[in-house]
Amino acid sequence: MSDTTNSLSYVRKEMLDQQPAPRSQVGASRWIRENLFNGWFNSILTLISIFVIYKVLAGSLPWLFGGVWDATSLEECRAILNERFGNTHYACWAVITERWNQLIYGFYPDTEYWRANLAFVLMLVALAPVLFDAVPRKLLWLTIAFPFILVWLVWGGTIWGPLSVAVGFALAGLAFKLTDALDSMAVSAISAVIVAFLWWLVIGPIIVGGLDSALPVGHLQEVESRELGGFMICVIIGISGIAFSLPLGIVLALGRKSDLFIVKTICVGFIEFIRGVPLITLLFTASLLLNYFLPPGTTFDLTLRVIIMVTFFSSAYMAEVIRGGLAALPKGQYEAADALGLDYWKAQRLIIMPQALKISIPGIVNTFIGLFKDTTLVMFIGIYDMLGLSNAIRANAAWNGVYWELFIFIGLVFWICCFAMSRYSQWLERKLRTDHR
Amino acid sequence: MSQAVERAIDRSNMTVSDEVAIQITNMNKWYGEFHVLRDINLTVNRGERIVIAGPSGSGKSTMIRCINRLEEHQQGKIIVDGTELTSDLKNIDKIRSEVGMCFQHFNLFPHLTILENCTLAPMWVRKTPKKEAEEIAMHFLEKVKIPDQAHKYPGMLSGGQQQRVAIARSLCMKPRIMLFDEPTSALDPEMIKEVLDTMIELAEEGMTMLCVTHEMGFARQVANRVIFMDQGQIVEQNEPEEFFNNPKSERTKLFLSQILGH
Repeated sequence: MSDTTNSLSYVRKEMLDQQPAPRSQVGASRWIRENLFNGWFNSILTLISIFVIYKVLAGSLPWLFGGVWDATSLEECRAILNERFGNTHYACWAVITERWNQLIYGFYPDTEYWRANLAFVLMLVALAPVLFDAVPRKLLWLTIAFPFILVWLVWGGTIWGPLSVAVGFALAGLAFKLTDALDSMAVSAISAVIVAFLWWLVIGPIIVGGLDSALPVGHLQEVESRELGGFMICVIIGISGIAFSLPLGIVLALGRKSDLFIVKTICVGFIEFIRGVPLITLLFTASLLLNYFLPPGTTFDLTLRVIIMVTFFSSAYMAEVIRGGLAALPKGQYEAADALGLDYWKAQRLIIMPQALKISIPGIVNTFIGLFKDTTLVMFIGIYDMLGLSNAIRANAAWNGVYWELFIFIGLVFWICCFAMSRYSQWLERKLRTDHR
Repeated sequence: MSQAVERAIDRSNMTVSDEVAIQITNMNKWYGEFHVLRDINLTVNRGERIVIAGPSGSGKSTMIRCINRLEEHQQGKIIVDGTELTSDLKNIDKIRSEVGMCFQHFNLFPHLTILENCTLAPMWVRKTPKKEAEEIAMHFLEKVKIPDQAHKYPGMLSGGQQQRVAIARSLCMKPRIMLFDEPTSALDPEMIKEVLDTMIELAEEGMTMLCVTHEMGFARQVANRVIFMDQGQIVEQNEPEEFFNNPKSERTKLFLSQILGH
């Protein structure tokens, strides 16, 4: 260290400033050279790819954009095409314009379309504060009320039925608060459940029956579940499934990691059973078998049964996705929360879940997208969603033989919804990235 | 390893009272079959500054983690601030809110800002109103000399700054006892000093402290008692002067010769 020979000694006189990168290493020309024409082999591949893309587009674009939008049957459509182009190698989009209402609303009475439209708009407003935190927080009240408004708007009847269900939840919350003094989560939870079911099954129906006949406030024409269909039923089942499966998935994930043996066993059993069974089996159970197990005379709406099954199905996947997020959290986060004196539920809510959910966003949205697309499976239990309707439309002599146009349309509708979810999740991930790794 | 403490330490508040803060009697702990803590007996008076040293695996971290029940002991008694640690969750949460802890890896909450890290526990455990909690937090952030970072996220801070935030976060709960679990072991040498300075200031204010650390300079100057542990047992404890200059046990001599040897 001390007496240095000159060959080893070096002292920097001044520190260097940042220099810009060489010009040839930035910009579009560099990108094209590096990605498309990087050597003779890749250049040939690029040219072949351009040719293939050209061929595909040359074949499909005229079909897509030269189609007929105005006709009342396939025959008429083909006549128009023959007249215009001399052949029928073009799309018949007319089926979509002509059957638009059916594809969107199913067999919903056409005088009541405004209700479905209003519900849809309200849904977007109710979702806004959940999705974007720049939206005023007061709107969350609408989000809470929305499920009940939805039921009232879509299925009709008086406001008393949905209101009674809401009262059940409110009473459960009240019971939970009142038993809070007993300092036992389990006692509070059980008493809340008992109070709610007591209201829903015993007291509520009596009061609702009385109010319905004595004071029919806000009575809308009743619509049966089997009249719902099209895109509307996909949205109802899909959004409900998404909204309920996330909290249920969280509970199941926590239950699976719980130290309490019975809770853990129930959660593991539920997850493994539901995950091990195809969704279609559960849907058949919902449509056919469930009524056998219910007391005779109880009417349990088909849509509700389907929503429950879809929720169960995706919540099992959700639980596993979230468990992955929980496992990815360092043990130190739990310890720090414990060391500060936060109890289990506060630690979960404030420290663990925000981070675990953030880690699991890709998986959660994956499950959401899967669930939304799986709503098309309800066609197998006699609900006319868009796919079911496409069969029904073809069964009509006027549109017998229309395949591509309907499937492309349905595919596009789903793609738009799913792509929107995917983009949203990416935006959310970027927004929540605070660790700056 | 040791870091020289340069400035003179103000000892006017560093007084040990007769009041007992922590009492551990005949405590034993096992991990499965492995006997990690063996017959630990330790009484800590209020105002004491105790440094716990020992080779890795000697159980020193485990011992202080038993004091706020991050680890459960299987035998014996631990009484903290007059409350015995049992499996009663209420007692545990009460003790934890009065015992602050700093970890080797800081364990700040990465999804919250520095300020939110500091206000979280006072707001949710002590039910302090947000505004007041923020004032307390800013007070302690100033104390650890990083008030200007309050609205940044932990990931944007250096290790030393993060550890100081972690100390401030604990202090916001106004703890009566502070536990330090190797607070400088994950830090670059340049940052160790800023964390030690913060700890010294804390000691100067009369905080009861238990530190697991390899910073022997800190132990010499700040501690009133040094405890040496090996194989899950307290092997030797003494005043720092005696402990370093005149160790009694062979095991202690070996340990000291190894860590102070170069």
